[in-house]
Amino acid sequence: MKTLASTPGLFLRLGAPISVIVAAILALLMVACALLASLIAPYDPTDLASFELINAELPPAFATDGDPRFLLGTDNQGRDLLSAMLYGARVSIAIGGGAVLLAATLGVTLGLLAGYYGGRIDALIMRIGDVILSFPTILLALLVSGIARAIFPGAATAEWAPLILICAIAIHEWVQYARTVRAATMVETAKDYVRAAKVIGLPPRRIMLRHILPNVMSSVLVISTINLAAAVLTEATLSFLGVGMPPTYPSLGTLIRIGNEFVFSGIWWIALFPALALVILVLAVNIVGDWLRDRFNPKLRVKR
Amino acid sequence: MTAPTPPVLAIEGLRVDYPLAGGEVFTAVENASLVIRPGEIHALVGESGAGKTTIGNTVMGLLEKPGRIAAGAINIDGRRFDATRGSAAGIVLGRDVGAVFQDPMTSLNPLFTIESQLTEAMRFHLGLGKAAARARALELLESVGIPEPRRRLKAYPHQLSGGQRQRVVIAAALSCNPRLVVADEPTTALDVSVQAQILKLLRDLADSRGIGILLVTHNMGVVAQIADRVTIMHRGKVVETGTTEEVLRRPKAAYARALIGAVPRIDQRLDRFPVLGDEGKGRAEEARAELRAELRARAQGPDSRADPSPILSVENLCVDYSAGGWLPGSRGRPFRAVDDVSFSVRSGEVFGLVGESGCGKTTIANVVSGLVRPSAGRVLYQGRSIAGDGATRRVGPLRQAIQMIFQDPYSSLNGRMRIGSILSEPILFYRLADTRAQAESDVARLIEAVGLEAEAAQRFPHAFSGGQRQRLSIARALGARPRLIVCDEPTSSLDVSVQAQILNLLKDLRDATGLTLLLISHDLAVVRQMCDRVAVMRQGQLLEQADSETLFDRPQHPYTRELLSLVPTLDRIRGEPKAA
Repeated sequence: MKTLASTPGLFLRLGAPISVIVAAILALLMVACALLASLIAPYDPTDLASFELINAELPPAFATDGDPRFLLGTDNQGRDLLSAMLYGARVSIAIGGGAVLLAATLGVTLGLLAGYYGGRIDALIMRIGDVILSFPTILLALLVSGIARAIFPGAATAEWAPLILICAIAIHEWVQYARTVRAATMVETAKDYVRAAKVIGLPPRRIMLRHILPNVMSSVLVISTINLAAAVLTEATLSFLGVGMPPTYPSLGTLIRIGNEFVFSGIWWIALFPALALVILVLAVNIVGDWLRDRFNPKLRVKR
Repeated sequence: MTAPTPPVLAIEGLRVDYPLAGGEVFTAVENASLVIRPGEIHALVGESGAGKTTIGNTVMGLLEKPGRIAAGAINIDGRRFDATRGSAAGIVLGRDVGAVFQDPMTSLNPLFTIESQLTEAMRFHLGLGKAAARARALELLESVGIPEPRRRLKAYPHQLSGGQRQRVVIAAALSCNPRLVVADEPTTALDVSVQAQILKLLRDLADSRGIGILLVTHNMGVVAQIADRVTIMHRGKVVETGTTEEVLRRPKAAYARALIGAVPRIDQRLDRFPVLGDEGKGRAEEARAELRAELRARAQGPDSRADPSPILSVENLCVDYSAGGWLPGSRGRPFRAVDDVSFSVRSGEVFGLVGESGCGKTTIANVVSGLVRPSAGRVLYQGRSIAGDGATRRVGPLRQAIQMIFQDPYSSLNGRMRIGSILSEPILFYRLADTRAQAESDVARLIEAVGLEAEAAQRFPHAFSGGQRQRLSIARALGARPRLIVCDEPTSSLDVSVQAQILNLLKDLRDATGLTLLLISHDLAVVRQMCDRVAVMRQGQLLEQADSETLFDRPQHPYTRELLSLVPTLDRIRGEPKAA
C-alpha cells in the first residue's frame, strides 16, 4: 500500500480527484512526521528526566498564559504535548501497520488455502472466521489483551503492549482478508492458466504463491488501506479504555484518555489536539482507501 | 423500376466511426452497401473485428455511444432510418425490426415468464389487450415449433432448454410482424442438432412470411445452408458480395478465397489447410528439428511411431460429480458425467473425441491430464496406471509425459507473468536445462517452433492476439517435453483463418516430433481433418469408435449418422442443384 501511495504523480496519472490528492498528501505528511518524531520533536516525551511536574497542564503557546516553549501546551505530567503527539502518532501507526500486516499475512494465507482446496479445509477456515466475526471487534480485542495480561505479567509494559495490541486487532481483521482472497482465488483457480500449472505438475504451494497470489493481490492492497485506518482507531479505542499503551509510552489513544479526565476542568487541549490528529489521519487514509477501492473494483469502474 | 415492393433493408455507403482518445478516428465500417428483399436471408460474414456486428447493431439502433454514423443511409422498408436517434418516420424498433441475439441464456430476462416477455412488445407497440396478446403469443410459440405452447407460456426461461429459449427469442422478434429480423450469431452458442432446427426455422419464416433476415455470422456452413445472398467483410470493408452460390463456389477476392479455403471440410481430408501469407517457415522448421532430436533422446526408445502398443488406455472409466455440500445429509444424488468409457490411443496418432456439449469429453480430458479423479475404472499410460485403480502418484517423468492445451487463449496464460517465465517454468521445474541461459535458449527455440519471434519472451500475454496466445500455450505444453498432448477444443474460440493456422501447426508439430495428440472437439469437420481415429460420445457414453475415414464415410451408430447429416457444410449450398 505504501508503494501505491508513495508518489502523488501516480495519483494524478490514475485520474484521482483533488480531494484524494489532498488526503494522500496529508496522510503521507502525518506518516512522515510520525516516523521522524525523534528528529523533529522538540522534547523526548519518553525520557522521564526531560519533563517536570511544575510545567504540568500549561495551555498552548497561542492561548492566554501560554508558554512559548510548549507550542500545544503540556499534559498532566508536564510533557510537551506536541512531542507526545508525534511519538504517539508513531506508536499508533506502527501498531496499526503491524496489525494490518499480520492480519493480511494470516488472512491471505488462509484465504488462498480455502479458495484453492475448497471442501473441508474451506469450510473449517471460513466457519472459524464466521465465529470470530460474530464478536464485536473491541470485545474480542479486550478479551485477548485481558487474557494476555492475566497470564503474562509483562504484558502491560511498553515493550510488550504493542505486540499484544497488534495480535488483539489482527485476530479480528484477518477474516476480511480471508473472505476476499478466498473468493478471488476460487475465480482464478477455475481459469485455464491455473489448470495448466496443475498439468505441468507444479506443487500447490508454488501455484498459489507464484500464479494465484499476484492475481489476487490488488484487492488485498485496497482492503489494507481501509483497514489501516480501522486498526489505528481500534488501537486508540483500546488505549482510551486503558488496556492499550501505558501512560509512560503514550499512543494517540492514551493521550486522549489522559486528556479526557481534564476536559471538564477547562483543560481542553490535552484531549483536543491528539483527537484532531487522529481524526485527520483516519479520514485521510479512509478517503485514499475508498478511492483505491473504487478504482480497482472492476464492477465499479466506469467504462472508458 | 420493376420491383413492386421496396427492399426491407437497403444500406448505402454506410460508414461508422469511433472517435479515439487522441483525436483520431477508428472506422469500424467503411462504405458498406447491401440490399435485402422480402423473404431473403442475407448473410454478413467475416472474422472478429470485421465490422459485421457493428452493422447489425446500427440497423437495430444499438450503436454504442462514442460510435456514430459518419456517412451513408439506411432505409428500412423504403423509409429512411435515422440510426443516431434510433427512430425514423413510421419505423419503430421492436415493431418493424426484430432482433435475435447470440446467447439464448442471457437474452431472456430470468425473472419474467415467457408469456410476459412475449406479450410486452405486442401490448406496447400494437396496443393489444391482455387476452388478444396471449392468443397471439400462443400462435407465435406454435409457429416457432415449441411443444405444448399453452404450458410453456407459464414457464420461466430456466425451465426451457437452450434451443427452446432461442425459439422463444425468435418468437418475440416476430411478435409485431416485423419486415426485417436482425439475427446476430443466432446459433453460435448452440449444439449442432439444435442449430440445425433453428436454421430451418429461420428459413421457413423467410419463405412463409416474406420476412427479410440479416444474418450476422462467422460460420460459413450456416451461410451455405440457409442464405440467399452473402456479403463478406474484412476490416470494416465489404470485400465481396453476391448470391451464396457465386460467392462460396467462385469467390473473386483473394481474402474471400482464403476465408472459404480455411473452412475445414467434412467430406474429404486434406493434407494442410490453405492459409493466407507465409507461416514463418525456415527458422520454425529448424527449431522443430532440434526439438524432435531432443524429444527422441529423452524418450529413450525407438521412434514412437514404430511402436504399435497403445500409449494411453482408458478402461471402463466412470466419473461422478457429487452435488451438495460435504456435511452428512446434504449430499445430493451424484451426476454421472462419464459412464463406462474405454478406448486406447496408439503412439504417434491423433485421436479425436467428439460430442455435443455436456457429453463428458472434457471430463475425460481432465482425467487423462490428472485434474479430475475417476470414480471407477482406470487410465493406463504405457501400461502403468496413472488414474483410478492402482494408480501410482503422478510425479516426475510420468507427469511430464502428458500435457494439455486449453480452449480459451485469454485465460490460459497468467497475465501477470512474462512469456519467458511462463514458458521456462516447466523447463526449470523439471530441470530440463542445466543453466538459466540454457533454459532461455530452450524457450527461444520453443517460441520459434510455434512460429513466433523469440523476442516474444520479453513481453506479457496481453500483447498477443488470440491465435498467438494459443501458439504460446502450445509452446508451454511442449516445454515439459511431453509424449502426449491433450487438446481441449484448441481452436473453438478462434477465427476460422487462425484456426487453420493453429491446426496446421499442430499437424506440423506432430509430424516433426512424433507426438501423440488426444483432440477433444465438438467440430466434426476439424476432427475429420486432424484425426487418425475418432470416438463419438453422447451423454457420458462412448457410442462408436473407428478410423477417421471409416467413421465419416460409413458411420455405424445412428447418432453419428444424424450428427454428420446435421453439420452445415460448404458441400451443400442452398439453391444449388443437389449432387447425385
